[in-house]
Amino acid sequence: MSSPDDVVVQPNSDRRRGPRLNPSLVVGGVIVMCVVLMALVSFAWTPYDPTRVDATQRLLGSSAKHWFGTDKFGRDVLSQILMGSRTTLFVGLVAVGVAAVIGVPLGILAAMTTRRLGELLMRGNDLLLAFPALLLAIMFGAVYNASTLTAMIAIGIASVPNFARVIRSGALQVMGTEYVLAARSAGRRPFAIGVRHVLPNVSSLIIVQTSVSFAIAVLAEAALSFLGLGTPPPTPSWGRMLLESQEMLYSAPRLAIFPGLAIAVAVLGFNLLGDGLRDRFDPKLEDRR
Amino acid sequence: MTAVIDPVTSPDAEHAVLTVRGLGVTVRDVALVRDVDLTIGPGERVGLIGESGSGKSMTALGIMGLLPEDVTATGSVRLTGVEHDLIGADERALSRVRGRDVAMVFQEPMTALNPTMRVGDQVAEAMLIHRTEPNRRAAQASAVDRLDRVGLPDPIQAARAYPHQLSGGQQQRVVVAIALANDPALLVCDEPTTALDVTVQALVLDLIVRGVTARNSAMLFITHDLAVVATVCQRVLVMYGGRVVEAGRVDQVFTRPRHRYTQGLIGASDLEVVDSRGRLATIAGSVPAAGSFPVGCVFRNRCNHSTELCKIPPDWTGPDSANGFACHHPAGLSNV
Repeated sequence: MSSPDDVVVQPNSDRRRGPRLNPSLVVGGVIVMCVVLMALVSFAWTPYDPTRVDATQRLLGSSAKHWFGTDKFGRDVLSQILMGSRTTLFVGLVAVGVAAVIGVPLGILAAMTTRRLGELLMRGNDLLLAFPALLLAIMFGAVYNASTLTAMIAIGIASVPNFARVIRSGALQVMGTEYVLAARSAGRRPFAIGVRHVLPNVSSLIIVQTSVSFAIAVLAEAALSFLGLGTPPPTPSWGRMLLESQEMLYSAPRLAIFPGLAIAVAVLGFNLLGDGLRDRFDPKLEDRR
Repeated sequence: MTAVIDPVTSPDAEHAVLTVRGLGVTVRDVALVRDVDLTIGPGERVGLIGESGSGKSMTALGIMGLLPEDVTATGSVRLTGVEHDLIGADERALSRVRGRDVAMVFQEPMTALNPTMRVGDQVAEAMLIHRTEPNRRAAQASAVDRLDRVGLPDPIQAARAYPHQLSGGQQQRVVVAIALANDPALLVCDEPTTALDVTVQALVLDLIVRGVTARNSAMLFITHDLAVVATVCQRVLVMYGGRVVEAGRVDQVFTRPRHRYTQGLIGASDLEVVDSRGRLATIAGSVPAAGSFPVGCVFRNRCNHSTELCKIPPDWTGPDSANGFACHHPAGLSNV
């Protein structure tokens, strides 16, 4: 097991982990990169102003001038899709940020306190978990006007229980390790143990959970915008594009297809990335390291 | 037959580094450790031996105040330089003591180091917690020095390494460096070499012994390896069923064991004695689960010499808690 003691330290030897790249990690990563790239491009350039209404250019099919055609107000669909990716990413970032900032400390706290208090926190967590995310968002929308921000916060709060639960299970595992016992035997206070020892060792779980929650947040934002409770006009959003295409589903199906495809591909991308990352940082492999 | 060997005078309570009186460890009404008395003087190295499940580790964790949440300790644990009793002290008070006055070396070096922290940072941290070094920079420099002193090749490079980049023996050297970082008055070692290769074992043991000798620290050394105890320790306590069944000087206990359990242990470790079928000597049966030890003498259901008398708990026979045994039918006399 242990090699003779005079072996020289090898700083470059790699950790034992699964294959470095797996297909879902690559495909998911590429899709997510594309979405990010679209959002970045939209800051610098879009073919047309996505909010410019032009009655003479209504409901045009795909052409060299308008690749994805125009909608019933004569707005360029490609430009709207590009701009919509910004909304999607922004919503995802804030929602997942809210979920992680509340959920991660909650999960670690629940793992580190007394068993009784930890269970109490988790039962409260279950209560929140049982509450549908969309219903919470609709309530938020009804109380504080429908806006991207209220949608994001509602989605974020609804994702907290998932975060807390996953992080707690990982943190419980870490709390059972000898290095936490060693840290306690060295006189480390609980707060420092949480920050210095538990948090870094559950970071892979946080990354995986972030990616998965991102997909959920993107989908939730699309659903809320479709219901008219998310991003208000004129800011382009994939969900609202779907809503506006509804009445022309038979005459101009491409108006539903392009934003629908964008949502599906983006969600697929984040899910694949999450799966790929999970395979890469399998917590069970972590133990054998 | 032989001259009576002088009992080791156990260090008197005033000068002792560690004084344990009536330590008990209980989980949900099941006693894991009962009535452990233990005194260790400065520079003294005391072994604690017994099979797995005999309560050795629980005794150590009880002394350190590191027992799991639903496990409670009773009795008294006093440490030199600490005003209060360690049993019943709150976590805040304990964390001031742990790492400074008493430190611990664990069994598995692979898991005793945080895999996400550089080795040097972990050593430096041990000194920063108790302000042994004033700031991070000084602690880092001191950490490299400590790693050098535990014999890591290229300590500057090693300080930057993560634990998985070191071998098991090197990792255990780091653990020892962390434990000794604040020159503790007492070092508790819980089977520190069990997970290591035999060749590496000797090096790490030597390192630990030199470390505590240089600091005149007391040491409590837990192991089930009798040979290790014989080389490392001066005194030894034999535990079984959560009780100390025999105690005394290493040479005395190992050459003339009195308790039948000690006798069995030593017999089982002799690889030259075989029975008529060529099989090694063993102790019959296995260690019962915690809470299912027999009433009276805890060893009586596995002992060849047990009688009706053994249903009554045997009294401690000996001048003090550091020398003696608890057996109705001790070895070394004509078999009663």
